[in-house]
Amino acid sequence: MSTPESAFGAASRLGPGAYWECLRGIVVREWLRFVQQRSRFLSALVRPLLWLLVFAAGFRAALGIAIIEPYDTYITYETYIVPGLACMILLFNGMQGSLSMVYDREMGSMRVLLTSPLPRGFLLCGKLLATALISLLQVYAFLAIAWFYGVQPPVAGLLAALPALLLVALLLSALGLLLSNGIRQLENFAGVMNFVIFPLFFLSSALYPLWKMREASEWLYWICALNPFSHAVELVRFALYERLNGLALAVCLGLTLVFAVLAVLSFNPQHAALRRAA
Amino acid sequence: MSALELHGVGFRYATRSALEDVSFNVPPGHFTALLGPNGAGKSTLIALLTRLYDLQQGDVSVYGCSLRQQPRLALRQLGVVFQQSTLDLDLSVEQNLRYHAALHGMPRKLTAARIDEELARQSLTERRRDKVRLLNGGHRRRVEIARALLHKPRLLLLDEASVGLDPASRLALNRHVRQLCRDEGLSVLWTTHLLDEVQADDDLLILDRGRLVAQGRAADLGGDDLAAAFERLTRREAA
Repeated sequence: MSTPESAFGAASRLGPGAYWECLRGIVVREWLRFVQQRSRFLSALVRPLLWLLVFAAGFRAALGIAIIEPYDTYITYETYIVPGLACMILLFNGMQGSLSMVYDREMGSMRVLLTSPLPRGFLLCGKLLATALISLLQVYAFLAIAWFYGVQPPVAGLLAALPALLLVALLLSALGLLLSNGIRQLENFAGVMNFVIFPLFFLSSALYPLWKMREASEWLYWICALNPFSHAVELVRFALYERLNGLALAVCLGLTLVFAVLAVLSFNPQHAALRRAA
Repeated sequence: MSALELHGVGFRYATRSALEDVSFNVPPGHFTALLGPNGAGKSTLIALLTRLYDLQQGDVSVYGCSLRQQPRLALRQLGVVFQQSTLDLDLSVEQNLRYHAALHGMPRKLTAARIDEELARQSLTERRRDKVRLLNGGHRRRVEIARALLHKPRLLLLDEASVGLDPASRLALNRHVRQLCRDEGLSVLWTTHLLDEVQADDDLLILDRGRLVAQGRAADLGGDDLAAAFERLTRREAA
């Protein structure tokens, strides 16, 4: 008779079921930690809410009188910056999560993760996905508050934005992991803020439409237009209003793939240890 | 077949060598103690065995599976208790164990049965729903041992597992692991810098400044006075 024990011997192959259990386990753990750390959740909401309720209020008239895609009417500045702020949550979470994967790993949870007999690339991608899914909860909490504040995209748009937000979350986490693997100066979060988060965020279409940037300076416009974060923001902005921005989707998909592959290939726990010892 | 076999393992950090040409065997079903002063290279060795670091020189096999050739098969036979606690303090005992089982791809039904079994063996059944934060140091270590054994590894590595415990818990933990070794036929590699955790019958490896300076039965190596032998073997040259 086959017992459960014999079905899981050290010599047996790990089939698709094992991969599924592993992925599920990683996501469940991320969820349980999220539930335990409600204060972190609230503090992560404070940042975008300050931008929305304070910063945007002061810039209410900043957009002038143009109607821009994907909106089909005049919009308030608050409405304009909500997609960018949603992506900002993902940007912060992605960078923070990836940084801790690289620099906390000797301290515990990454060591446990890495003793799994499943392929490392799978474990890392599973971890990125789990972080991304949890970040989505924060984004939707933010969108809910924005809704009551008066920024009300169509309900179907809120649903259509889900896959776009997930893709953006993965893109930014993969980028974060890639950067933390490679750049020594990013060992602390202040470095990431100054050299990654702020440039990506401010040089994008998150706060101002690109045509506005062009009025100010042509080269600034081009930097913003080429910034992957602009594409992330536009993908989400269009999805929120039930439109597909094909270029943004292609850029985000392509870059997510490239960053994830490079991040997995360059992930080596030894590097951080060797650097510290140097 | 050896439970663990190291062959010519060497490892360098950027400017200094941490391990040099280390070779030894851990026989199956035995309690093997790896003794070394702080900085001897024990943690580097564990980092290599658990694939945190890549092998630079030599090879390691776990029950015949080479870490270079079949690393994932080797990892499946390995249970590890790290020096620093790696439990999620805010999750319950059971949640921590479930996570580990998932990482090993264990089916959920089997996981539930194995958790019952291991918690009963560690006398922790009553505490399964408690957050790890509420447990004392000795109990946390036991949870980590239960966790390390969930996927039924054949070799258990403990990296200075008794660090930070009070003397009574330290002794109890050592006794407990020895019993597992006797009752279950588990192979154990126990690293420590504390002499009193070594018994006369143990297989003993002594590591100092990255080199293996002695190996054999503890009683044979130390004669009547293991402490004196240890001091002699690991004596620092006068500056």
